[in-house]
Amino acid sequence: MNMGTDLAYNFVFKVVLIGESGVGKSNLLSRFTKNEFNHDSRTTIGVEFSTRSIQVDSITIKAQIWDTAGLERYRAITSAYYRGAVGALLVYDITKHLTYENVERWLKELYDHADPHIVVMLVGNKSDLGNVRTVPTEEAKVFAEAKGLLFMETSALESTNVESAFLEVLTAIHKKVASKEVTRGSISAVTLGQTLGPSSEFKEERRSCCNSS
Amino acid sequence: MSGDGNKKQFWKRNTAKVPGNIQHVYGAQHPPFDPLLHANLMKAGNKAPSTTTPGKPKKATTFQEFESITSDAWDVGDDDDELLAMAAKNLNIEVVMETANKVIENHSKLQERRQQQMDKMSEPDEKDRQEAHEEEEEEPDEEDEREEGADMTTDLSFSSETFPISDNRMVKSHSEAPVGSHKEVGVEQAVLHRQQSLPHRPTIPLVARMADQNTSGTPAMTQREASRLDKFRQVLAGPNTDLEVSHLAWCKHLLLYLPVSLQGYLPANAERRASTLQRKRQEYFGFIEQYYDSRNDEHHQDTYRQIHIDIPRMSPESLVLQPKVTEIHIDIPRTNPLIPLFQQASWQEIFERILFIWAIRHPASGYVQGINDLVTPFFVVYVFEYFEEEVENFNVSSLQEEVLRNIEADSFWCMSKLLDGIQDNYTFAQPGIQRKVKALEELVSRIDETVHRHMQQYEVEYLQFAFRWMNNLLMRELPLRCTIRLWDTYQAEPEGFSHFHLYVCAAFLVRWRKEILEEKDFQGLMILLQNLPTMHWGNEEVSVLLAEAYRLKFAFADAPNHYKR
Repeated sequence: MNMGTDLAYNFVFKVVLIGESGVGKSNLLSRFTKNEFNHDSRTTIGVEFSTRSIQVDSITIKAQIWDTAGLERYRAITSAYYRGAVGALLVYDITKHLTYENVERWLKELYDHADPHIVVMLVGNKSDLGNVRTVPTEEAKVFAEAKGLLFMETSALESTNVESAFLEVLTAIHKKVASKEVTRGSISAVTLGQTLGPSSEFKEERRSCCNSS
Repeated sequence: MSGDGNKKQFWKRNTAKVPGNIQHVYGAQHPPFDPLLHANLMKAGNKAPSTTTPGKPKKATTFQEFESITSDAWDVGDDDDELLAMAAKNLNIEVVMETANKVIENHSKLQERRQQQMDKMSEPDEKDRQEAHEEEEEEPDEEDEREEGADMTTDLSFSSETFPISDNRMVKSHSEAPVGSHKEVGVEQAVLHRQQSLPHRPTIPLVARMADQNTSGTPAMTQREASRLDKFRQVLAGPNTDLEVSHLAWCKHLLLYLPVSLQGYLPANAERRASTLQRKRQEYFGFIEQYYDSRNDEHHQDTYRQIHIDIPRMSPESLVLQPKVTEIHIDIPRTNPLIPLFQQASWQEIFERILFIWAIRHPASGYVQGINDLVTPFFVVYVFEYFEEEVENFNVSSLQEEVLRNIEADSFWCMSKLLDGIQDNYTFAQPGIQRKVKALEELVSRIDETVHRHMQQYEVEYLQFAFRWMNNLLMRELPLRCTIRLWDTYQAEPEGFSHFHLYVCAAFLVRWRKEILEEKDFQGLMILLQNLPTMHWGNEEVSVLLAEAYRLKFAFADAPNHYKR
């Protein structure tokens, strides 16, 4: 990747994958960014990272997606993980009710560390294993609505709804972003609700521009 | 934490400042080999009564109680006198620097020599030995040299103040002693041998070494071994060598010599080594009886569950040294009535047991993802050690149950010893890793400012890629054969897995400076750093990496002021 590709996208959105160990975060990531699935994917250590550019309303968005281990131990080093994230996929495994029960805890951590305007989607993964489901779709959906979260069930294995889930999140982010100031071409991606020196100037410019039109 | 009290060590291991004061977590079974400190611990009645009786231990209400009812894994009583007898010696820093540079020079020489070797296969043995001898001070007698080398190695490994390994000097108590060596490895090991003696490390005086010789009639290389060795060389040097086969050959060759070095927890004296080995194995089997059944108990089930999830994700492929071998198949005879616990053992179960028992015995950290990877090299080395077949045929089947039990026990102790030195990598908040990553950043800023500034410019944080390097000791960045080779040197270094590893990481990062500087955005850099192209790395690349790491270590180790901003 070189400077040339900077022109190829309008925004960079940082999205984080969170959730219990073993729910399928890494495979959601690989499915979305590389169209790959690995039955024997190793446990994620530290943070892993991948990107993909997509089109949203004729805008090119580069999704910068972060994946991390689900285990408690790493939390201390992942506080930096949330920094600058504008979207999050909170993943659980529909066949393991415990991973769903812990969603509240993850939400708390998310809001403790991340931007309050962050777009969050609750994702019930492994929908291909419907015959051993332990989390009813409707229940999760209701919970998500109550918490103001987007919701989708996916299967990284069968590639079901993975694209849709990410697309929905990125579109929602874009909507939010379009109404606030942006740091164009920023290395560290877009942030919501934060005024930086250059961007506030930019904001003023935009305002006058919009006003005049 | 060897506690050698060296004031010059610039990293200023003042562990009192580490959160939680890791040094004094007794759940960690690290042997502090400062004899004074050690003596204090012994006096304080720290040597707990061994709970080898079957049945559950009494419930501990405090951590100290828990520790006191848990038997000390490191019964160092046997070897106190040996340790205390070691004389500290200061090596002239110039000598040391000279040898460090020598390695790098030697590497290029090696290239030439290898070319010559390719042509004449007939007399490699003699040449090897002579080259190895050039670098060393020992007497020319091959066998005695092997003896003392092995003795020293294991002795010092045990004490974590080690003497380097030369792979033509390994003796395993139960197997034949190899003679000669794979050429490149032998020479390099010999050179590293010299330069691994650092000023602050006690080295055994020559007199003591000779006295310690325990020539318990280790057999000279058998005809079979000799012909095997030749076969390896032919395989490796032939003009139409199939790369896969040659890699297999190399791996197996290397693995033959590693087991002794890995048994760093055993004493030097060959007689006592055998008995200690047995005792340690029994001790581990005792742990299984004591702890394993509790894995579904309330306070242990989270630990066990996490391990139980992680192990199946360590696919057999990850245990493989090279692509041709697709799985390690272990077929345990199911009819053995003696020990029911092992009847249905698969390698997964073995790993689970090892990790679970370790986690329970180390409550300061418990099980942390990544630790499971650390069992693999030991386990693989031990398994391959039992191969009787030809090198091209790497299928393990029908490993005897007894053998497998011993492999499990040995793997447990090796891993335990490794982790002893890096426990604070895994305790809460992982302060060890945080510190090391910070130190890595500082080091890189000094050795390659361009690379450092490049990373800063694109806002790449070291923690984002180097965390894994520290947590998994580069296992996720290198093929397994390279890990094994790397760890071979780590074993021989004092605090190899903690302190020296840092220099290796720095050398590793800077090795990719060209690729790093070519990336002009954050994304590109991150993806590069998390997917470095080492898939085809082998002994040579690792050797160069190690040489570079040594050079860095000598350049910076005794100069704390270099790091003051």
